[in-house]
Amino acid sequence: MFYLDDIGRYFLMLKKVFSRMTKGSVLRSLIFKEIDDLIIGSLGITVFLAFFIGAVIAIQTALNLTNPLIPKQLIGFASRQSMILEFAPTFLSVIMAGKVGSFITSSIGTMRVTEQIDALEVMGINSLNYLVFPKIVAMFMYPFVIAIAMFVGVFGAYIAGVYGGFVSGSEFLTGLREEFIPYHLTYAFIKTFIFAFLLATIPSFHGYYMTGGALGVGKASTSAFVWTTVVIVTSNYILTQLLLS
Amino acid sequence: MIEVKDIHKGFNGEQILKGITTTFERGKTNLIIGTSGSGKTVFLKCMLGLFTPEKGSICYDGATYSDLSTEEQRDLREQMGMVFQGSALFDSMTVEENVMFPLMMFTKQKKEEMLVRVNEVLARVNLENSNNKLPSEISGGMQKRVAIARAIVTRPKYLFCDEPNSGLDPRTAIVIDNLIKEITEEYDITTIINTHDMNSVMEIGEKIVFLKFGNLEWEGDKSQIFKTDNEAVTEFVYSSNLFKKVRDAQLKGL
Repeated sequence: MFYLDDIGRYFLMLKKVFSRMTKGSVLRSLIFKEIDDLIIGSLGITVFLAFFIGAVIAIQTALNLTNPLIPKQLIGFASRQSMILEFAPTFLSVIMAGKVGSFITSSIGTMRVTEQIDALEVMGINSLNYLVFPKIVAMFMYPFVIAIAMFVGVFGAYIAGVYGGFVSGSEFLTGLREEFIPYHLTYAFIKTFIFAFLLATIPSFHGYYMTGGALGVGKASTSAFVWTTVVIVTSNYILTQLLLS
Repeated sequence: MIEVKDIHKGFNGEQILKGITTTFERGKTNLIIGTSGSGKTVFLKCMLGLFTPEKGSICYDGATYSDLSTEEQRDLREQMGMVFQGSALFDSMTVEENVMFPLMMFTKQKKEEMLVRVNEVLARVNLENSNNKLPSEISGGMQKRVAIARAIVTRPKYLFCDEPNSGLDPRTAIVIDNLIKEITEEYDITTIINTHDMNSVMEIGEKIVFLKFGNLEWEGDKSQIFKTDNEAVTEFVYSSNLFKKVRDAQLKGL
C-alpha cells in the first residue's frame, strides 16, 4: 500500500509540474542552467565510461571467438549492437541515475530542508513547475549525450580491437556496417527519451517530498537512485518487448 | 488586518491547533509567543496558506482565504512577504538576485527599474555594497536583512516572520527587531512575528498572542504581559533568569 501511495503521489506531482507555468523569461534561464548542470556536466563521465565499455566489449567478444569458422568481423558487429541497443541507452542511464539523480534529489531536498521551497510557495509560485519542469526540458537533450556515447563506445571498441591485435581495421569496419538496421537506433532513442523523463522526475519526486534534515537528504538520494534504477530496468524490459519483439 | 476564527489543524491524528480565534491589526507588530511545540509555526503556516486548516477561517482585510478561487489565493499570496527562521535565501543566487526574484516573477518591470527598487530596499535594511555576494558569503544577521529586503521588495500588505532572531547575537537581534517594527510602520502593513524571545516581546510587542498546546492561552500587549496573573504566561516570561532576577529585585524593593 505504501508503494501504491507513492506511485499515486508521483503522478499527482507530474500533473502539478505541468500546471501554472512559471514566467517564460525566468523559465528560459532556468532551462539553460539545468542543461549546463545535467547535460554538459555529464558529458565527461559519459564519454569516459562509453570509451572503456566499448573497449571491453571488443576484447570480451574477441576472447570468446574460439571457433575459427566465426569471422573476426563479428567483433565490430557485436560492439555496435551492444553499444547501440543496451550499453549506451540503458547502462549509462543507470549510471546517470547515480550522478544526475542524486544531484537532483539532493539539490531539491536541501531546498526543502532550508525552507526555500516554502519560500517559493509563499510567493505564490508553483514550486514544482519552477523546480522540475526545467529539468525535464533540459533532459530532452539527454539523447545527444547518448548519441555521443554510442559513437565513443564504438570508437573505443575499434581502438581496443585493432590496436590490441584482436582484429584488423578493415574486418572491424566491415562488421560494424554488417546488417545494420536503422530501426535499432530509433528503438534506442525512444528508450533514451523515456529514461530521460524518468531520470528527471523520479529523483525530483524523492527530493521534493523528502522529510527530515540532512540525514533525510541522504536517504532520499539513496532511494531516488534505487527507484530510478528499478524503473529504468523494468521499463527497459517492457519497451524491448514492445518495440523489438 | 487578519482575522482568525476557530482554526483547527492536526497531523496524523494529533491535534496541533485546537480552535484559535484572534485578530492581528494593520500597522502593528503582532507577536505569537509560546514554548517549542505550542503550535506557533503551524499557526503561521496556516495564515500563509502553506497548511489548510481543517476547520475555521482566516480573513485578510475582509477576504476569507478558503472562499477565494485558486487564482485569487495566488494573488493574495503575492501580497505576503515572509522572513523564514533560516532566512531561506536561494543559495545559488546573489544577494541582488535574491531580492530581485519576486520582482522578476510578478512584475513586468525592466531590469534597470528592478535594480533601482532592489538597491532602495537593500539601503533600507542597511545592506549597501553586498549586491554581488552569495548568501554563504555573508553573516547570519546580514542574511536576515536580505530576507527582510526580499520580503518587502514588492510592497506586501502582510509580513510574516518566523523566529527572525534565532541564531543571532542579542545586539543584532535588537537591530532586526527594530528594523521590522520600522518597516511595519513605514509600509503600514500587518506584521506577524513568531518568536520565543522575550527581548523581542519587550522591544516590539504591540500585540502579543500566547499559545499553549495549540490553544490561545492569553493575548495582550507588552505592558500587560508582566502584570497578568495567567500562570502559563508568567511561567513562560519568568523562565528567563534575567527577568526572574528583575522581578525578585522588584519584590524586594531594590
